[in-house]
Amino acid sequence: MIDFGFSISKSSHIQMDNVDLKLFNKLEALNPDISTCMACGLCTATCSAGNFTDASFRKIILMLQRGKDKEALEKVKKCMMCGKCILVCSRGINTRNILLSITRIYNEEDK
Amino acid sequence: MKEHNILIIGGGPAGMETAYQLKQLGLKPIIIERNDRLGGHLAQWDRLFPTSETAVGLLERLKENTKDIEVKLDSRITNIEKINGTFHVSLSTNKNFEVDAVVVCTGFELFNAERKQEYGYGIYDRVITNAELEDYFKTHDDKRVDEPRRIGFVHCVGSRDVKVNNTYCSKVCCATALKQACEIKDEFPDADVYCFYMDLRMFGKGYEDLYLRAQKDFDIKCVRGRVCEVSENIEGKLVIKAEDTLLGTPMKMTLDLLVLMCGMEKAKGVEEIQKMLNLESNNDGFIENSGSFVGINRTKGKGVFVAGACTSPKTLPDTIAEARSTAMEVFNYLIHNC
Ligand code: SF4
Ligand code: SF4
Ligand code: SF4
Repeated sequence: MIDFGFSISKSSHIQMDNVDLKLFNKLEALNPDISTCMACGLCTATCSAGNFTDASFRKIILMLQRGKDKEALEKVKKCMMCGKCILVCSRGINTRNILLSITRIYNEEDK
Repeated sequence: MKEHNILIIGGGPAGMETAYQLKQLGLKPIIIERNDRLGGHLAQWDRLFPTSETAVGLLERLKENTKDIEVKLDSRITNIEKINGTFHVSLSTNKNFEVDAVVVCTGFELFNAERKQEYGYGIYDRVITNAELEDYFKTHDDKRVDEPRRIGFVHCVGSRDVKVNNTYCSKVCCATALKQACEIKDEFPDADVYCFYMDLRMFGKGYEDLYLRAQKDFDIKCVRGRVCEVSENIEGKLVIKAEDTLLGTPMKMTLDLLVLMCGMEKAKGVEEIQKMLNLESNNDGFIENSGSFVGINRTKGKGVFVAGACTSPKTLPDTIAEARSTAMEVFNYLIHNC
């Protein structure tokens, strides 16, 4: 293509209409408590991995809800499955179980 | 104690409850209501947060309590004059009478959503208000609510917003939004329901439980971020923009129905009453009372009291509690001054 010296920037908006929540819905069906997160941030504040990386349970589930699966899975990789987030969660969410479910459900899709 | 007349301006929950309590205390309240019925906004509501019990249940209870009280419907106050500690009242119906104390219970008005033009109320068909949704729940007669698949609720419409000169929080609309969100989800189980909030102010008894129920049992999706604008696409659906502030990313979404949670503003026409009784307004436009603690029921006018949402936005439990304490204040005033 001829380079005219112009380019188009991609929209920075999340277009929710195009977000496919099939996998998230599957995750939610297995772990209904996931919908009760109230974004208090305790899980992230206490996270062993979050001290050194951008791991954050809160953000992982939020990103999955907004169709940012790739970024979420990058964060999941940094989790050490220590389970500290379960100990603190204000809503009593079984965070560790959800992290394991994510690896299972979203990786199955990769195959 | 000799018989005392007390003028109650406004026949909503605050006026009805104040009158009932005054009557219990052996006094003679007279309710003046400009509409042709008692009950104020309560009479237009279908169900109440946090438990979704019916509004009509509470209304009937209040009505039952006021059934022996003198009520003048379709009446406006045209003049109040204070002579030697007695208030001389004139009505639009040409009636005149005298009272020893006045309780202002003029309540509130819902914010006129047309003023937030960027939300397109009155321009786009599928943008409705909290009051209209409540009306739909009552009548199930509103063509705009047509099997919606994706529904949005916008919190803080006309509240916490310098652009409409209302910087206060209206207190009731967070709980109302979640209540209505659950109710509409109940009606359309396949719909996705989103609430766009800045803070969820679920402070009262049972409100936090309502929040949890909304998330857990109804899968209401709460997005932290205010809707900035609404437009209509070629199919007549609504396209909204907001920032997901927890993610730090702007988002767009197509909706079939958008419900605006209009907040509270001072009642229309209350200025005339204020002028007659020499009552000032506070920064939020509501009637100024005598302080935030022990003076909540009083004004600087001797013998002039207040109850309910005429001084600031209030929930129904707040309003009823305040009405009861105002009745006590009036009673004490009459014992010591008349
Ligand atoms: S289980 Fe993972 S996300 Fe939770 S605290 Fe440990 S490292 Fe962090
Ligand atoms: S601790 Fe629990 S409620 Fe708080 S942000 Fe993390 S998952 Fe959500
Ligand atoms: S109660 Fe909630 S929706 Fe209403 S003004 Fe306050 S914060 Fe906004």
